[in-house]
Amino acid sequence: MLEPERYELFSGPAYQFTPDRRDFFKILGGGIVVLLMLPDQAASQESGVSARTGGGTGLPKAAAAWMHIGEDGIVKFFTGKVEVGQNSRTALTQAVAEELHTPVESIEMVMGDTDLTPFDMGTFGSRTTPTMAPQLRRVAISAREWLLDLAAEQWRADSATLKIDNGRVQGPSGKTASFGELTKGKNLVKEVGAGPVSKPRGESVPKVNGRAMVTGHHPYTPDIKRSGMLHGRILRPSAFDAKLTSIDATGVAKFPGVQVVRDGNFVGIVGPEAHTLPRALAAIHAEWKTEPQPGSKDLFAYLRPAAPPPAAPGTLEATYNIAYIAHVPLEPRAAVAEWAAGRLTVWTGTQRPFGVRTELAQAFQIPESQVRVIVPDTGSGYGGKHTGECAIEAARLAKAAGKPVKLVWTREEEFTWAYFRPAGVIDIRSATGKDGIITNWEFHNYNSGGSGIETPYEIAHKQIQFHAVKSPLRQGSYRGLAATANHFARESHMDDMARAAEIDPLEFRYRNLKDPRMHAVLEAAAKQFGWGKSKPKPNHGFGIACGFEKGGYVASCAEVAVDPGTKRIKLERVVTAFECGAIVNPEHLTNQVEGAVVMGIGGALFEALEFEDGKILNGKLSRYRVPRFSDLPKLETILIDRKDLDSAGAGETPIVALAPSTGNAIFNAVGVRLRTLPMVLPGTKT
Amino acid sequence: MDLEVNGRTYKLEGDPERNLLGVLRDELDLTGSKYGCGEGQCGACTVLIAGAPVRSCITPLRVAAAKAITTIEGLASNGNLHPLQQAFLDADAFQCGYCTPGMIMSAAGLLAKSANPATPQITRAMHGNVCRCGTYPKIIAAVRLAAAAMKRGTHA
Repeated sequence: MLEPERYELFSGPAYQFTPDRRDFFKILGGGIVVLLMLPDQAASQESGVSARTGGGTGLPKAAAAWMHIGEDGIVKFFTGKVEVGQNSRTALTQAVAEELHTPVESIEMVMGDTDLTPFDMGTFGSRTTPTMAPQLRRVAISAREWLLDLAAEQWRADSATLKIDNGRVQGPSGKTASFGELTKGKNLVKEVGAGPVSKPRGESVPKVNGRAMVTGHHPYTPDIKRSGMLHGRILRPSAFDAKLTSIDATGVAKFPGVQVVRDGNFVGIVGPEAHTLPRALAAIHAEWKTEPQPGSKDLFAYLRPAAPPPAAPGTLEATYNIAYIAHVPLEPRAAVAEWAAGRLTVWTGTQRPFGVRTELAQAFQIPESQVRVIVPDTGSGYGGKHTGECAIEAARLAKAAGKPVKLVWTREEEFTWAYFRPAGVIDIRSATGKDGIITNWEFHNYNSGGSGIETPYEIAHKQIQFHAVKSPLRQGSYRGLAATANHFARESHMDDMARAAEIDPLEFRYRNLKDPRMHAVLEAAAKQFGWGKSKPKPNHGFGIACGFEKGGYVASCAEVAVDPGTKRIKLERVVTAFECGAIVNPEHLTNQVEGAVVMGIGGALFEALEFEDGKILNGKLSRYRVPRFSDLPKLETILIDRKDLDSAGAGETPIVALAPSTGNAIFNAVGVRLRTLPMVLPGTKT
Repeated sequence: MDLEVNGRTYKLEGDPERNLLGVLRDELDLTGSKYGCGEGQCGACTVLIAGAPVRSCITPLRVAAAKAITTIEGLASNGNLHPLQQAFLDADAFQCGYCTPGMIMSAAGLLAKSANPATPQITRAMHGNVCRCGTYPKIIAAVRLAAAAMKRGTHA
């Protein structure tokens, strides 16, 4: 299901057809193919969001995953998911290796290639682990059973007496066969449907392509080189929504081999040497027409212009503000585009290879079958790489140049022409009974989004509402979506309510919770932190917060130190308890939890985009501070393994409790409630 | 102009002001060093010049000429990983891996100067390297692991 706040997404193609069976062998060579056919993923994921054909009951079936074992015994699994640093390549390889009783090293996971892999909506919403892992497991189980049947046939044995061990089929009388010996001369396809799978073993398998990363050999998109390839640059408008009124590109002539490409408002250059292009671009004189636009200074008044009407007596009310922030993936948007015989191939780092294929087909008015998008394992996304801007630009330049073109966005371009985590204003009104039970809860979110907007607490009277606003900046998905904003507001307010009721914040939460899983993470975090056992040192404070999102439960306890002179805030210690069902890979899960916490520090304490009249004012790393080594608190992570539950994704939820636990700790330290993200104390010296 | 990279000498012509990162990546096909910000703020482009970590994206070619440059591609010898590379694998010190070459080169510069750095020293020395995935705790663990391995002399 798509959250409505994923503003950057288009709807997918209306139909998805499974490739002709013979095509598999044409592309992949002989052997055996297992196809997992499920109700059309595109149609079911989109239902309720857009009116498409085939929605509702009787959904058509489409291939969700497939695998191929060649006549050489090489095992390849195919998924439309991509690897953007969340270690899905390793997690998925691990899952199928477990089911196929085969070493991890012997499996190749083909990901995110629109010519080779099944259609997939995209890698977002923490869906890879709960959805794709069981699907690939199902395929691996079928393949295992099939291989045993093939061996049984060959050896005239009962397949129940055979097994696969360490990638070889083992017979009763010491006979063994490699996969290749069984698939030789075969051209067979088997279709399977959904079915039961095993729970993950929960082992820490090292990153499967880690060696290529530590040696610098893994080719990210900006590292790809094609024969005859040129480099590109784009002339950017002076502000958002600016219209080109005049252009003089004659100055480019003095740069040998540099060509100007112009198509309406689109102006770019291509040339054989990347290092001459910035100067060639500067030689173009362009005039742009711009309109006045809202700025970051008056942002919150713009998002929620009218203050709410007066509250009833006995009501606790507060307003929270959330700034726009940028994803800052260390690999900026990049694409290599190549046209051959009217067919377009683009290598690009995106979380939605099929979505970008659609964008490209629409931009060039060609059928999707004429577009191939290949996603190399990418230098991160965090929800920020769902769109194909750079792919389209590179393809337009390559079309004009008649040669492959590589376009790598500069950091400033990434800061300006990508999309941002939505800003927002949140109004809360609440009432609590004498027994510390919340009786009334009113929560209005303007613009930032609806994720995590529901309260996990048991409250008799609730009114919870998201209000859409025309955003002054282009906005879209970000790790955790609006759950960070909504949890910040809710969990900050919970502490204010606890204080008003003169109850310890942990006890106040327990008193209003029924969900045992939330209780368990709170208890685990509090125990590890030593909540209630000691008082903070002078200028230090303790805070707690919890949350639930995308099938995962998180609780964080934070200790902050406030410098009495500079008022600067430093996170000293963060204890995070996280539970997302059965654990797939504890090492990589710890990395995801800690990574989310560290990323959360930026949005909590210093990240905010400044803008004015359609211009980003701090769009470079020297002006926009992201968390660094020195910001690192002592991190303690407690993973609760619920082997009895399905595995949920973990890339997003651990971020949501960091900001409110930090804010609560700041209040505990200095008695000031900060209600704007990022949280900066008045009078801070930078 | 002569450029000595990973023990190999390259003859280069043209603008001596162009940045070293672009030369390594676009002209010598050594793409292990990454572009991240273009202003020396993220450390993804870090290489060693005469043993010291340098941000190649803001280093003009003329400054690097005729000095020994080591990039991530030159760190392993005869197929044996450098102890830092092995330690990053063992400590699982990466997620997307894009910052990893720069992290390893900065750490290599640190360990060349200081064989057994304590955590605060690692934190200071690596402050200019950004890991947006937030893998900092594992990276510190990897640097300590590599320091211990180098001290034991278990590497080639």
